[in-house]
Amino acid sequence: MNIDEFLISPAESARRRGPHDRIVMSSRVRLARNLRNSPFPGWAKKPQRVAILESVRPAVASLPEMSDAFAESMDNLTPLDKQILVERHLISREHAAKNAGSGLVLNREESLCVMINEEDHLRMQALRPGLQIRQAWEAVDAADTELESKLEYAFNADLGYLTACPTNLGTGIRVSAMLHLPGLVLAELINNIIQSVNKLGLAVRGLYGEGTEALGNVFQVSNQMTLGEPEALIVERLEKVLAQIIESEENARGTLLEKKAKMVYNNIGRAYGTLANAHSISSKETMNHLSSMRLGMDLGLFPDGDRALIDELFIRTQPAHLQKQFSEKLSAEERDILRADMLRENLRPVSRPVTPPPASAAPADESGN
Amino acid sequence: MKCSICKQKDATVHLTQIAGDKMQKVDLCEDCANKKGVNDPAGFSLADLLLGLGAAQEMEQASGGTELQCPRCHFTQADFKKTGRLGCPECYHTFAEGLEGLLKTMHKGTRHVGKVPQGLRQGRDLAERIKGLKQKLDAAIAGEDFEQAALLRDEIRQLNPTNPGAAPVRQGDA
Repeated sequence: MNIDEFLISPAESARRRGPHDRIVMSSRVRLARNLRNSPFPGWAKKPQRVAILESVRPAVASLPEMSDAFAESMDNLTPLDKQILVERHLISREHAAKNAGSGLVLNREESLCVMINEEDHLRMQALRPGLQIRQAWEAVDAADTELESKLEYAFNADLGYLTACPTNLGTGIRVSAMLHLPGLVLAELINNIIQSVNKLGLAVRGLYGEGTEALGNVFQVSNQMTLGEPEALIVERLEKVLAQIIESEENARGTLLEKKAKMVYNNIGRAYGTLANAHSISSKETMNHLSSMRLGMDLGLFPDGDRALIDELFIRTQPAHLQKQFSEKLSAEERDILRADMLRENLRPVSRPVTPPPASAAPADESGN
Repeated sequence: MKCSICKQKDATVHLTQIAGDKMQKVDLCEDCANKKGVNDPAGFSLADLLLGLGAAQEMEQASGGTELQCPRCHFTQADFKKTGRLGCPECYHTFAEGLEGLLKTMHKGTRHVGKVPQGLRQGRDLAERIKGLKQKLDAAIAGEDFEQAALLRDEIRQLNPTNPGAAPVRQGDA
């Protein structure tokens, strides 16, 4: 099956809601698991990797959560399809580079995704919109428990689940949330936040994970340590830290509006002006402006606007998604032109920002919805 | 002070990360810091850097200079130095000594206290129960309480059919 026929459309994907989703875009819990008697994927020879994939894939596909799943070997996906999966945050950039001997099993709801033979034999992740890391942990824990009876995991009573990289040893867990933090960036408080989060042993990364830039003011916060603590404690710590970051972001937005409203309006107005009128625009510039517009939506500056439209454009303006809409291969310059065309077209129904925001359009506090 | 990566230029970037009660320090020159993305706060994690840096040396020291090789997958220390990844689950046993210090700097603790696969959990419980019963059995024999010993022997047999109980019990039965 074709991956873009399987995937939920960007419009529908952008409309999925979760608690605190004006700041927390999504939650994810990933578990790393390996088979007891096989070399890790990075060291296994190709026939071994193929054999591992052949034994793991049916086991994963037989999970009740995976009925009607997309299950494919990576060599059957085109580079473009793989890039689309990366842009949807369903697979890592490392996994997109894999071919024969690696695979993917993704359920219909896109809430459970298992990468086979990435860095470990299994990297299973549960995904949820908004702040739902506990729910994501429970989901991936349940899938993992079911898999235990089908696969023989590499597990050691002292060291826990054995992983290719010692940084994942023990629980093999990575709990993470993707956060939109334009307020903290504009208020120039983001580096303080990153430093204090780092001090708690948590990592802050960019949009596409390890070693990537924080495009569009989107940051990923995750645990780094996996050994010596139970999963529940790691989840709990993340929850506490995320609650604090959410509060800091809300405070930063409030303070900015109170003390530097002009600077905020200027930023949002220029973003709107550029996106609604540009005839050529890069993906990076687009993301940064869409971030400003998303903030404008949150602050009630676009009374007739819908934040889901911005989130949809976040997805659709990425290079692979853009390319997918056209049959012929586009150069970067052509993509920039088509991206601008798409943005002007889609932003036509959105009127220019109203500053200060009308009282009736004041942002409802959506926390906890 | 020389840079911990290239060991040539003077270190001008000094990084410290405190996690819990552990402090990790790295000293880098300007070029290596840039190369490692240290100045990009979003893309940088000290653990990743330390892994590439200290791990291999530590393993070399632990092995006393001889090149260890995993008997199962033939992975060597040199391979670890290159990739920062291990070859197979057995490597954790092979390179245990060198890994210990590394795990200490990297994690909260060096012992797993999280989830245990159900199969092993049951296996572990069973093993512990049998061990407890065997101790009781030994005590019963020592106290010449052969009736109690016979009961314990039957219980152990039931739990573990491959183990026909302890030999002394048979003597007690006779």
